[in-house]
Amino acid sequence: MGAQKKRAAAAAAAARVSEDPDDLARQPLQAILLADSFTTKFRPITLERPKVLLPLVNVPMINYTLAWLEAAGVAEVFVFCCAHSKQVIDYLENSEWFSQPNFTVKTIESHNIISAGDALRLIYEQNVIHGDFVLISGDTVSNMSLTQALQEHKERKKKDNNAVMTMIIKKSKPSPITRQSRLGTDELFMAIDPNTKQLLYYEDKADHSKGTICLDKMLLAENPSISLHNDKQDCYIDICSPEVLSLFTDNFDYQHLRRHFVKGLLLDDIMGYKIFTHEIHSSYAARIDNYRSYDIVSKDIIQRWTYPYVPDVKFCGNRATKLERRGMYRALEIEQSRSAQVGSFTVIGYGTKIGSNSKISDSVIGEGCTIGSNVLIEGSYIWDNVIIEDGCELRHVIVCDGVIMKAGAVLKPGVVLSFKVVIGERFVVPAYSKVSLLQQPTVHDSDEELEYADNSSGTVEFSSIQGTADQSNGEMTSESSEAHKPKLGTGGVGYIWSICEGGQEEEWRHSVAPIPEDKLTELSEAMDDDQELVTQDRTALSTSGELISDSNASEGDDNEDSKDDSVYFEKEVEATFLRAVEENVKVDHVILEVNSLRLSYNMTSADCAGAVFYSMMKLAIKTPHSSAIGLLTLYPSPFSMVASNAYPIYLSGELQQNTANIITTWQKLLKSYLLEIDEEIEIILKFEEMCLESAKEFSPLFARILHILYDKDILQEDAILRWADEKEGADESDKVFVRQSEKFIQWLREASEEED
Amino acid sequence: MPDTQVLVNDFLNKLKKRKIEGSQATARQTAELLRSVISQQRVPYTNQAGALIDAVKAVGEQLIAANPVELAVGNIVRRVLHIIREEDLSLTTAAIGGLNLSAVSDDENDDDRDGDSTLSAAAVAAAARSTLRPPSLQTLLEDTPVSAAVPQTSSSGGDSEGKSKSADKSSRSRKLKHDVIEAVNELIQDIVTCHEQIAEQAVEHIHQNEVILTLGSSRTVLEFLFAAKEKKRSFRVFVAEGAPRYQGHLLAKELVARGLQTTLITDSAVFAMISRVNMVIVGAHAVMANGGVIAPVGMNLVALAAQKHAVPFVVLAGSHKLCPLYPHNPEVLLNELRSPSELLDFGEFSDCMDFGSGSGSPLLHVVNPAFDYVPPKLVSLFITDTGGHNPSYMYRLIADYYSADDLVVQRRATAGN
Repeated sequence: MGAQKKRAAAAAAAARVSEDPDDLARQPLQAILLADSFTTKFRPITLERPKVLLPLVNVPMINYTLAWLEAAGVAEVFVFCCAHSKQVIDYLENSEWFSQPNFTVKTIESHNIISAGDALRLIYEQNVIHGDFVLISGDTVSNMSLTQALQEHKERKKKDNNAVMTMIIKKSKPSPITRQSRLGTDELFMAIDPNTKQLLYYEDKADHSKGTICLDKMLLAENPSISLHNDKQDCYIDICSPEVLSLFTDNFDYQHLRRHFVKGLLLDDIMGYKIFTHEIHSSYAARIDNYRSYDIVSKDIIQRWTYPYVPDVKFCGNRATKLERRGMYRALEIEQSRSAQVGSFTVIGYGTKIGSNSKISDSVIGEGCTIGSNVLIEGSYIWDNVIIEDGCELRHVIVCDGVIMKAGAVLKPGVVLSFKVVIGERFVVPAYSKVSLLQQPTVHDSDEELEYADNSSGTVEFSSIQGTADQSNGEMTSESSEAHKPKLGTGGVGYIWSICEGGQEEEWRHSVAPIPEDKLTELSEAMDDDQELVTQDRTALSTSGELISDSNASEGDDNEDSKDDSVYFEKEVEATFLRAVEENVKVDHVILEVNSLRLSYNMTSADCAGAVFYSMMKLAIKTPHSSAIGLLTLYPSPFSMVASNAYPIYLSGELQQNTANIITTWQKLLKSYLLEIDEEIEIILKFEEMCLESAKEFSPLFARILHILYDKDILQEDAILRWADEKEGADESDKVFVRQSEKFIQWLREASEEED
Repeated sequence: MPDTQVLVNDFLNKLKKRKIEGSQATARQTAELLRSVISQQRVPYTNQAGALIDAVKAVGEQLIAANPVELAVGNIVRRVLHIIREEDLSLTTAAIGGLNLSAVSDDENDDDRDGDSTLSAAAVAAAARSTLRPPSLQTLLEDTPVSAAVPQTSSSGGDSEGKSKSADKSSRSRKLKHDVIEAVNELIQDIVTCHEQIAEQAVEHIHQNEVILTLGSSRTVLEFLFAAKEKKRSFRVFVAEGAPRYQGHLLAKELVARGLQTTLITDSAVFAMISRVNMVIVGAHAVMANGGVIAPVGMNLVALAAQKHAVPFVVLAGSHKLCPLYPHNPEVLLNELRSPSELLDFGEFSDCMDFGSGSGSPLLHVVNPAFDYVPPKLVSLFITDTGGHNPSYMYRLIADYYSADDLVVQRRATAGN
């Protein structure tokens, strides 16, 4: 009823909106909460209970999400339930969320939905979303304020109707170790326009082995600047415009929110829809995607990063808990033996009993548990009503409701015990194993692609299993206890699931246990390799480096043997010069650019002069070549014979002319580096070198060009004379050009004597 | 009742989610909520006071449990309970006491009218209550027989005698609820105007060319300083920024906007600057019965610095911040640990928060307490809306506002559950 009123109010608000755009902000904010992750990462637990109802620090996950939505000012939430929908709906109905003022929770139920895309299509059909909405999954923990992100979204929307989505991102350390150890996810690459914050590229499955990612070159061409980030974390909180729903309906193949929808929008430039990002800094947001992130987020909650959603604040009808020294949270009516040691960062639920000499640290213990004496619990998550008998050892495990561990049982790191499993006396459960009362389903969807395609069959099957399990639970337990006695020790009940998907490889990544030492070193080695790659190959991207689409940046860096900086320097100067010629850049600007290059490569001005001269001569060679070729193609074949015969002669004349032109045009540039005689000599030497090696075309013209240079006041007679003097004692082969310009030199000498 | 239930739930939610900032707002809203609870409460013919007390207690329990850190909630619940008891008492004593007592109260009523001529006629009845109460304590030494008579009747008159006499005073008993509501209105008024009342005393404490130091931001302090400024006092203010929330920055901004010469310093510079300071004036989160202060974190440091240099350490606190509990009481939650993100950016330190490697527990712990406890010996003076008081006098002041029977509201709440 309240909802109807609300909708009427919303309609009224919408009517008002048309008159006053500022009223837009007052329109009640809606949210879609997907109470199903459409993945299988939490199996076997999720076969019996939906993921959103799994306790996170003794509070079902969905409560964190709902509490945040309520605090963030969302007025109406549509909870989309799929797997185990009845459990979710029952839970919500009995919770206080249905009786909140100014906050309506409504459930949408469907059984044959297999992906987030389908869910959104269904919601679109129901026509309940009227304005911007928050799209979130029911396993997200956050305490961020939506106000700013929402406002930015609305303002963008006002300016540009195609800005349909704002994605919340968060900074994290770019190291793959941290990413792996913190949330158990792969590295995420995003290209973001630093000015508009538009998301241009999103890749969460980059190829690590190559250490490369591929960007569409159009991205570089179209955007003046983009930042490529690998230090951002996707919070899986999106602010969407209503168009998003219709987009899902139009593209019926969109299944996954990120893999299909986001990437689809980024690639599809026909519609021109844009996605923007909003970065949060101090507030917290994280999604529980796998067991590892379950562990991490639990610990973040205990360390109060999610304040006010912490155990000692009653944000959603959780029991009163007191925070004691060293991060110990204790509910009421705990029976604890005097000799029991409860360490730091531990949560102990209501009515739990702890026996003597037991040690508990970094763990969460649920309500009504009974823990015997001499038990060791470390970094584990023990849910409600678990019985742990004397002498058990639990390290980094998850133990679900109603599990019984007989005396002396040991759980190795990474073990997950699903509901009501019984572990026999002194039985050691091997690391990373998953134990459930239900048998492992035969349909594996180990492959990521299959996960979405095949989930339909999977879900149906699970639900049927679920049904039978619920009805004939007792029967099944007795059955399985007989069939699998040896598997879980004497009196043990349950099946150990075989580890299939990728074996150990996958398991350690997503388990609650800390990453083993050897895997860590492997990871860090991989990281070091990456870094070496970066240093070797200059084109590789430094972390979140800014890419500027500049023509000369890409040139000349691919020389494998970087023996000498001067080679690079010369190439850079040449590229700069050529660009200047092409684009008609002013001489002053070129001088500036060359100067900056000189500083960055730590060169002398003589080097500059040489390099500039070198590039000028190169240009001079290039120009006649092209014109000669143009000539050849222009004229019909009989003439071409003539032309090719005449080529050397023609060329030398043309070349001289060209050189003279270029020198005239760019003499200012050259002169700015000719501060002293030494630089002028350097030019002559350079020219000589060119004539001998790289540009033999000039060799017949050496004396003439020297003359031109002299005429243009680029070279002074002192320099030429000194060069000639230096060459006096050289080998015959070196004297070729001195001799060639002998006349000129002689003339110069005479002129100077006359002056004297 | 359903209406009040909705209101109560709404308020409970706000408290639980820490949506209400500041003790003044909390206190005011608590009082308003309790007023509506009282007005909605159907009173039985007999033992009206008992019914009201039970109703208020039932709601109060929930409110206190919702946010045990915000002591103002409990204070106001207890104040309201006290008001009910006093109203009941005054009606009973008026009925029983007859002429001799009414003569006394009439005299005092006259005095009161002279003093508070601005009060409306409707509030006069409530004013009569307030005059009945303070003299009983202030004139304790001079006028023992009266005060001795009052507690006696209170113990018996509240319950047993009230029942026996209720038939006689049916007309009066209907008045009880009305009187209580009037008194609660007056309480709300007090809470709303506490800043002004405290600020009125500013000129007595801030003198020409003095240097005042304060930490963080408090509205009471702000108004206090403004009041002195408006009275043409020229003085300078040092504001310690109050890490990690840096509310001192806001305070500095507002002070500058009003034309006060302000210097912003870091918290760690307090000791260096304190020798130039003439007086430290700070706000408080709560004032405990022993005269100790619960104040924003960093206050103890300032108080110790002030003591070292013999600078007066003055605490401004509205009467709603006076808490009848003692800080060593385990029922009192003295502190709240806030999010570490106020100290450092999560992204920057995400590699230190690595639980996935090594032993599974991170080496870095970030602790961000919201409050400090300043022991009474470090406080020179309390300025409340009723004037300046010594820390050692606090218990008397608290006895004025609270009745001893209500101090354990919370314990009964947990036992009741």
